[in-house]
Amino acid sequence: MKRADGNRQVCDTKRIVRGGRVIDPSQDLDRVLDVAIEDGKVAELGENLDAAGAEVTDAAGLVVTPGLIDIHVHLREPGFEYKETVASGVRSAAAGGFTAVACMANTLPVHDHRAVTELIMTEADRHPFARVYPIGAITRGLGGEDLAEIGDMVAAGAVAISDDGLPVSSAAMMRRALLYAQHYDVPVIQHAEDLDLTADGVMHEGEWSTRLGLPGIPALAEDVMVARDLLLSADTGGRYHVAHLSTGRSLAMVREAKRRGLSVTCEVSPHHLLLTDREVADSTFSTATKMKPPLRSSADVEALVEGLTDGTVDVIASDHAPHHPDEKDVQFSVAPFGILGLETTVSLCLDRLVRPGILDLAALVRLLSTGPARVLGLPGGSLEPGRPADLTLIDLEREVTVRSEDFHSRSCNTPFDGWQLTGAAVGTLLGGQPVTL
Amino acid sequence: MSDTAPLRETPDAADTAWTRKHLLGIADLSPSEIELILDTAESFREVGERPIKKVPTLRGKTVMNLFFEPSTRTRSSFELAEKRLSADSLNFSGSGSALSKGETLIDTARNLEAMAPDLVVIRHQHPGVPHLLAERIDAGIINAGDGAHEHPTQALLDAFTIRQHKGGLEGLEVAIVGDIEHSRVVRSNIHLLTKMGARVTVAGLRTMMPVEVEKMGVRAAYDLGEATRGADVVMMLRVQLERQAGGSLFPSVREYFRLFGLSPERLKRAKEDAIVMHPGPMNRGTEISSLVADGTRSVILEQVANGVAVRMAVLYLLMAARGAAV
Repeated sequence: MKRADGNRQVCDTKRIVRGGRVIDPSQDLDRVLDVAIEDGKVAELGENLDAAGAEVTDAAGLVVTPGLIDIHVHLREPGFEYKETVASGVRSAAAGGFTAVACMANTLPVHDHRAVTELIMTEADRHPFARVYPIGAITRGLGGEDLAEIGDMVAAGAVAISDDGLPVSSAAMMRRALLYAQHYDVPVIQHAEDLDLTADGVMHEGEWSTRLGLPGIPALAEDVMVARDLLLSADTGGRYHVAHLSTGRSLAMVREAKRRGLSVTCEVSPHHLLLTDREVADSTFSTATKMKPPLRSSADVEALVEGLTDGTVDVIASDHAPHHPDEKDVQFSVAPFGILGLETTVSLCLDRLVRPGILDLAALVRLLSTGPARVLGLPGGSLEPGRPADLTLIDLEREVTVRSEDFHSRSCNTPFDGWQLTGAAVGTLLGGQPVTL
Repeated sequence: MSDTAPLRETPDAADTAWTRKHLLGIADLSPSEIELILDTAESFREVGERPIKKVPTLRGKTVMNLFFEPSTRTRSSFELAEKRLSADSLNFSGSGSALSKGETLIDTARNLEAMAPDLVVIRHQHPGVPHLLAERIDAGIINAGDGAHEHPTQALLDAFTIRQHKGGLEGLEVAIVGDIEHSRVVRSNIHLLTKMGARVTVAGLRTMMPVEVEKMGVRAAYDLGEATRGADVVMMLRVQLERQAGGSLFPSVREYFRLFGLSPERLKRAKEDAIVMHPGPMNRGTEISSLVADGTRSVILEQVANGVAVRMAVLYLLMAARGAAV
């Protein structure tokens, strides 16, 4: 039987996660505590909990958080199994410290009807390494013209709708989606991009596109779409979520919309926080620096980082976008957009945001667990008693070197290959069970 | 370098400051490397004036000319340079090649490499393609134009021509006018001229100006008169009329000429001894009037002639750096 709350793993034994530093932003908690788990759920948090009859997971010296959730990944199944599958994607998620992912609808066939929702859920049940929450298409075939059967997909387990990879270009269609989705209380996730302004652009329009002679994607292409959608959201009252927000101006508009009380949320991706458009030049046209939205200017990066700390940004999501080496090993202009993220996000954020003191650890945990759960209305993101016992264990001192050839993903398209990072997720528990890869 | 000696004997590569295996762009070159190419080209110019316009310098060496984009001038110029150096050259063009049958660029490159060329001259519509080949194959790569990125031999022949007329590049005022956004010629020229101490103004329609171009060390102007005032060199760029198909950047040729076409009247704002350049092919009546193109200030055909000498110099230097017995 399918359950609308995802592919739950149930564990009948008791377990104590012993002596870890528990950080749970949903309860404002940052203390060394034991976590008691029963029947796959969090039973109790406390000091020196009785371990009689329980299995013990030693978490001394580790950080224990609600299971991390990546709400923007492409699992590529059905249709593009040569890039990724549900099976490889959830292993990749677990390896990166995630206990749940939400996957986008640009599959083949498109996830615009219930049969595809069920296929993804079935595959996820067969590979219990992380929970999978499918995101259905807004429009049939991602065509932008007719609404998909949103209610039917939600009944089968879809948690949100998005035409990600493509924007909903028509304002009339977006308005309709924001109205209709309210019947099922799911957010409308927009890949905000005005395709006319993008035209044949392949990187951020700025100094570096000018130097490299590559057609630019102006920040405006995102900004005009976010501006339009915020008006539509305000007018309809619909829940609107900006996927992979990448510009300072879009961020400022979201900040203002939140101040006015709109039902608006947004996510940013690690690469947009850590790299700038200059990387395309510094890497000599490496296709691992090509994604949408493109790596932006240093001013945009600064603005996004500020958005993390002031609460404008709700979520860090990786936009994990696997592509086969044959597709990426071509000249920059013709390579597909997108890079992997599941197995680099946590270490990148720990090393480049938390260690330098830009972001405190609790804020990062919020952005990677509590925040994502709230945006999509998922049961995780908290260690309150009664919640699913999905946990992530983090070693702040673990030194890792990113090696794409060791990824559990079927692909290896990352600009972070060879990066040496300190801090890593070292394990996850799913429904109280340690996940073994 | 004496007139012909280095061409007939086996020069010692260590005598030159040239160590690069590839010429991918002007951006990475130092001023002394640029000087070296220009000085070397001086000695090769003489070959073209001989009754028998050929030296044995690259005898037994193979040069592949890989043109994925139509080109008459640049390809002919390279071919002639190769023939004058006695290299064996092979021409490949984009249409009809394996690329149009779905083969990837890298597979095409690997196949070509199996034929063991010493140098590959490549023109491609996509920026970075020469750099990609340079990483993947053993041959020395010469960028003959990659999209709107670089066209280093054009900038070198332009500099060579300017030097002939002005004695040097330092302190010159150079105006480059036209479709700046889509021009590889302008980018290579900006790098070269600013490295050599010239002051560059780029001018064109606001719809054809790349963003933040000033960060490349130039002044941007949106008025032809302002750009050419006091200029020593006025370089006109071709308006790429074929780009007009994908959404026009200006309403009509006559309206373009009214704003940015170079007429004798407008040339008067430049210095009296200013020279007029154009990388070709020209659109007469669009960016330049025939009176200017064929006038006494025009050095456009000299540019073409100099192109052969400059390309001979580049081929020679790269081959020498490969450590081959040239």
